Amino acid sequence: MTKEKRRYAAPTTLAKVRGKMARSVPYILLIISSLPILSMYLWLFMSSLSSKVMFGFIPAGITVRNWRFLWEPIQMGGAAHLSVWKATWNTLIFALMVMLLVVLVATLAGFALSRMQFRGRESLMRLIIILHAFPGITLLIAIFYVLYFLTRVTHLKFLDSLWGVALVKASLEIPWSAWIIKGFFDNIPWEVEWSAYIDGCNRFQAWYKVILPQLKPGIAAISIFSFLAGWGEFIYLYTFIFSQENQTLSLLIKALIGEFRFTDYGLLAAVSLFYIFPVLVFFIFTQKGLMQVSAGGIKGGR
Amino acid sequence: MESKRTWRMKKRKVRIRIPSHVPFLLPFFILVTLFFFIPVILNILLAFTDMDFAMRWDFVGFKNYFRFVSDPIIPKVLVNTVIYVAATLAINVGLGLALALLNTYYVPENVGLIFRAIWLLPRMTPPVVYALLWLWVLDPTEYGLLNMIVGKNVNWTMQHPLGIVILVNGLIGASFGMIIFSASIKSIPRDYIMAAQVDGASNWEIVRRIIIPLLRWPLMFVTTWQTLSLLASYEYILLVTDGGPFYKSEVWSLYAYHTAFSHQMYGYGAAIAMVLVVVAVIVTLIMLKIFGFKRLMELAGG
Repeated sequence: MTKEKRRYAAPTTLAKVRGKMARSVPYILLIISSLPILSMYLWLFMSSLSSKVMFGFIPAGITVRNWRFLWEPIQMGGAAHLSVWKATWNTLIFALMVMLLVVLVATLAGFALSRMQFRGRESLMRLIIILHAFPGITLLIAIFYVLYFLTRVTHLKFLDSLWGVALVKASLEIPWSAWIIKGFFDNIPWEVEWSAYIDGCNRFQAWYKVILPQLKPGIAAISIFSFLAGWGEFIYLYTFIFSQENQTLSLLIKALIGEFRFTDYGLLAAVSLFYIFPVLVFFIFTQKGLMQVSAGGIKGGR
Repeated sequence: MESKRTWRMKKRKVRIRIPSHVPFLLPFFILVTLFFFIPVILNILLAFTDMDFAMRWDFVGFKNYFRFVSDPIIPKVLVNTVIYVAATLAINVGLGLALALLNTYYVPENVGLIFRAIWLLPRMTPPVVYALLWLWVLDPTEYGLLNMIVGKNVNWTMQHPLGIVILVNGLIGASFGMIIFSASIKSIPRDYIMAAQVDGASNWEIVRRIIIPLLRWPLMFVTTWQTLSLLASYEYILLVTDGGPFYKSEVWSLYAYHTAFSHQMYGYGAAIAMVLVVVAVIVTLIMLKIFGFKRLMELAGG
């Protein structure tokens, strides 16, 4: 197809057209394959504004009624759903707890792995990759028992509480985050740390006064990732949260889908859009950076 | 004990050599023990009990394992699992590779970035919202996208449950392969490709004879990694078809989940999940063996 490059005489019009067509094929393939995804998100946006169920992608009359959940509770046959604001608050608290736990625990572990020599360090790194590869979801039933047992022994609410599930969710995120942050530690020259010791810092002081400020990009990356993981979490919350007042947005939407699926797509689309808004914002602003960290880009952080 | 003594000795000579890695690693170890190690052991033990909602430990020996040999649903679930994993894997790897080639080799970098972002969007979207988008696409009335395209009303989730489940997971999984492959293609030295172009190789020849052979490790990695995660995860199936109708899209992991959390048979559920835990441990160890520690960490960074 692209043998035109070797032609010495001026290409004929036909050859030019064929060359252009050949070059546009990849674009056409990419556009066609991306259409289903784009149309889904377009529908979500249009639907949230439409006063009736849409046929196609054009709203059948513009309305804000789909967004009524912002100022009044969602009613269904007398029973009210949890207010969206309370669910948003729960989601935010949950995501922040996951994020703080991951950042704290992973940074401490990453520092030890990168900077300290101790017996079993190599095996610990091996363990981290095993934990990262191992699908934690297979242990859901046993984890349920762990939470149940902890609740019975300590009389604290591990089950049906956001922070209980946050502990589980954070544990799943920690191996990968510890590895990423270890890469960032590896990049900070020893000399910088040494100078801190010479100036009389102990290890903890060196950690938060000298090293932490240089780790900012790494901490930003694992913070964003673990926050978004917590924000979008569904299955662990769905399994371990029972009461309505602890519902997050994902559980609320799951409940709403059950009731409004065939009657009110507009409402579902509006609540969903409200839910994914922070994700979209993060995605648009950090997309390039995220992709570098999430794929091969850790080469830069090693 | 021993480390404490060295700590004292060293302290007198050089202040900075304090082997105090334990406090740094302690939080990590607590969480990993609570939510990985203990659950693995618990799952083995639970599988030998017939624990139900009363949460009592009544050991019944191998009864659960005999039970699933005679369970009439198990053969169906097994067949579904094999079809689901094989077909989804083919889409994930095939489409992932095609997308990666198109948006890194065939089109300029900035265009490729846009399409990579589009394909990453479903992965970043919380699972409940992604499921809602599909419920609209598959809506049995004329308002569903697929019905709009084919021009008649088909109840997709009822008539083709397994196919739908494969499609839903395939579309998300493709982005995983795409990211890994894109990064690998970008790291191929340009000289190889330019040398081939000078020798008059067509694009297709370059892809087939240079790029794909160089992608051997990433291809193997994505295949094993995705096999494992497809076997273990069921979040999107639960949300879109919930295994129905009549177990037609029920896969192994979802069956374990339903047994434990819909029917409160934790003992039997753990026995079903046990198969997955064993497979997961074995596949993870095999991965560590074939790829080696270093390469696995490079590939699994995302």
